[in-house]
Amino acid sequence: MLSRRFFLSAGGAAVAALSMPRMAFARANTSRRFVFIIQRGAADGLSILGPTGDPLHAGLREGFDQNLANGTRLGSFFTLHPALAQTAKLYAANQALFVHAVASPYRDRSHFDGQNVLETGGSSAYQLKDGWLNRLLGLLPTGDTKALALSDTVPMALRGSNQVSSYAPSKLAGPSDDLLQRVAALYEPDQQLHALWNEAVATRTMAGGVEADGQNGAAMASVAAKLLAGDNGARIAMIETNGWDTHSGQQGRLAAQLRNLDGIVGALNTGLGADWANTLVIVATEFGRTARPNGTGGTDHGEASLAMLLGGAVAGGKVIADWPGLSTAALYEGRDLKPTIDLDALIAGALAQHYGIEPARVMTRLFPESRGSAYGKPLIA
Amino acid sequence: MLDTAIALNRFGLGARPGDTPPADPKSWLTAQFSRFQPRPQALAQVPARSTVIGQLADYIAQQRMDGRAKRQMQPASLPTGAAPAQADAKPDPQADPLRRFLRQTIREDYLTMNSARLSAALTTDNPFAERLVHFWANHFAVSVDKLPVIGLAGLLEFEAIRPHLFGRFSDLLLAVEQHPAMLVYLDQAQSVGPNSRIGRIVAMRGGKQRGLNENLGREIMELHTLGVRTGYSQADVTEFARALTGWTVSGLARGPASRFIGGGDDGSFAFADALHEPGERVIMGKRYPQQGEAQARAILADLAANPATARHISTKLARHFAGDDPPAAMVDRLTRAYVASGGDLPTVYRALIDSPEAWAAQPLKFKTPWEWSVSALRAVGQTQIDPQAAIAMLNQLGQPTWKPGSPAGWDDIAASWAAPEALMRRVEIAQRIASKAGSSVDARAIAQKVLPGAVSDATRTAIARAESPQEGLALLLVSPEFVRR
Repeated sequence: MLSRRFFLSAGGAAVAALSMPRMAFARANTSRRFVFIIQRGAADGLSILGPTGDPLHAGLREGFDQNLANGTRLGSFFTLHPALAQTAKLYAANQALFVHAVASPYRDRSHFDGQNVLETGGSSAYQLKDGWLNRLLGLLPTGDTKALALSDTVPMALRGSNQVSSYAPSKLAGPSDDLLQRVAALYEPDQQLHALWNEAVATRTMAGGVEADGQNGAAMASVAAKLLAGDNGARIAMIETNGWDTHSGQQGRLAAQLRNLDGIVGALNTGLGADWANTLVIVATEFGRTARPNGTGGTDHGEASLAMLLGGAVAGGKVIADWPGLSTAALYEGRDLKPTIDLDALIAGALAQHYGIEPARVMTRLFPESRGSAYGKPLIA
Repeated sequence: MLDTAIALNRFGLGARPGDTPPADPKSWLTAQFSRFQPRPQALAQVPARSTVIGQLADYIAQQRMDGRAKRQMQPASLPTGAAPAQADAKPDPQADPLRRFLRQTIREDYLTMNSARLSAALTTDNPFAERLVHFWANHFAVSVDKLPVIGLAGLLEFEAIRPHLFGRFSDLLLAVEQHPAMLVYLDQAQSVGPNSRIGRIVAMRGGKQRGLNENLGREIMELHTLGVRTGYSQADVTEFARALTGWTVSGLARGPASRFIGGGDDGSFAFADALHEPGERVIMGKRYPQQGEAQARAILADLAANPATARHISTKLARHFAGDDPPAAMVDRLTRAYVASGGDLPTVYRALIDSPEAWAAQPLKFKTPWEWSVSALRAVGQTQIDPQAAIAMLNQLGQPTWKPGSPAGWDDIAASWAAPEALMRRVEIAQRIASKAGSSVDARAIAQKVLPGAVSDATRTAIARAESPQEGLALLLVSPEFVRR
């Protein structure tokens, strides 16, 4: 479920561009849009884009990823979850690109720390005090890098020395389904609170108070698209989605999460209109989930997952993966999909190509602790 | 729960992450008696009483004029045709005295005062003392659903309760009953002795009956002092009401009526002899031959000293700190402390702190919405909140400040607050508070600080497994150990 949306606007670019090295900005184009969608809670890449062509897949996830049977085949190896219907259409139109077995430098399994690494662009948690999305502003040919956050607070990725102003929508989203479930679990052993909570949830559901997943995200993304579209629109946005931590009941919950995400993507596509052609959307999560399902119909915290590059600017219609395999020996610590592509390098490469900035500069600026270099193969059309 | 956590959360308003856990919880509580500030910086922006009374007096005067004009216009003098259309066309909010008054008193007075109250609670280093302020404000409840009270309710707390928090109950009682908020809320300001000078003039002219109003007299006996069914009769209530006639507020009435009241025009207490019922009164068998203001004062002093009052106050205090069904031994202990000290409040508070029943390790109380909000905001280190948002939050949680709806105040038992929808609302607000706090507040780190030794394994695990720092924080704020104290 979508909780907050963040925008950066970048206007008045021309003046600043003159003072910048020309070469570096040969393709600089302030009409380019960038949207970063974070999946908080560790999304299961293996369920979202299933490696159905891997001979070990069926045995590993037998009876677990049944949804994939109705999914979209992307080549002979991968199958896209059927809830991502609009995203599949983008793929067909060469506007969606998937990168599998990807991960940030973070190798432990704490959400807080993992998200901190993903958002700051450091190599370990709490090492950097500002976010890579904020630092990106410093690289763009803009004189007025005014940033706008559509929420009460500014997420870590957007925090830093570049100014960020915020706009909170009047109607804030209600508690996420994920939080409601965790509260239910927390109250389980408490007789009084357990009874009250069950009653409260039952009443809400009857009254239709719990919004259907998918509706919510799409509606919010339309607002986001309005603020991004047109000559005076914002240039950079961040959208936060929660609820990916599927320790139990993953099949149903993940489908709802993906419908919501698909709704966001569809609403951005529709709402941006002509500007969609200049738009790059990156969807990423802090880490993946265990290759094997756990005992409660879910998966636990893992390592590599899936990243998506979407938008008219993307050189899509392909899946990029250095597939590590699913055998126990191939899995990270015998349990998780092994990271073979660096997410930081991917983001840096995509942004360098999108904005026409020298890849090494982007890498150094956004991910200063990384020793790797930006991903170099074509990601942007 | 450790004693430290009990002192911070059951006696205090909830710990802040930066607070040093008190080494000696009991002396940390008693030290607050002398450190307490009746008028802290947080209350600096509160409007003056004369301003609030001025707004109210303007409104009353305007209403009276409008009423007179309407009466004069009634007989067929209403121009036909144009008037109704005009009335429908555009109601000018400036022209409507009620709306003008409401806008002014809600925005300038009520919102400001609620924010000041909240800010005092969020910034105080003396949270036990501030909790006692809230306790007494609820004991001497006025409710802003009565319009003239909207701007005055906060002043009752700031001007009458805070300065007497660590004095004698009798002084607290007198300050409250002579405060304009109480005199207006329980209709005392308009009560007229039938045989007073004004009462006789009104009777002679055969004018609209304006006589005795028993409201304040009854509630003082039933709610503020003795407690219901403690031996006083209807006749005692009426006698008390007679004694109270003449107790009113200066500056409310303008024009001819104001000369009977005397005093200034600043909303201070005034004794209007012209309204006072002459003669001696007999209450619960005791004769009160005093004249004037002194008569009701003497009765109040006796009510404060009555053992039934001691028991009533002690029961409510014990319920607030030791559980919805207050332990009898503790109530007895507090009652003895009250009686032996002549209603010296610090002595009673000390007996409270020394009561082992209030230090039981298991949580004894389900937090009211106010208590929960304050503790949640303190836990994330928030020191102020937008005035509109503060009211919206408390409304949503079901406990708008100074609006209990009756002079009995809010209930102090779980049954009134632990309800399904109310719990859902707490989760919503918790998510909002956590989202506002952002990822800068690490729930894993602050859990131990705000609930020292009291975080259950289940809660710790839930926080650690939360999918974002904000979610972890929201879970801490709605955890079983955080919604209770």
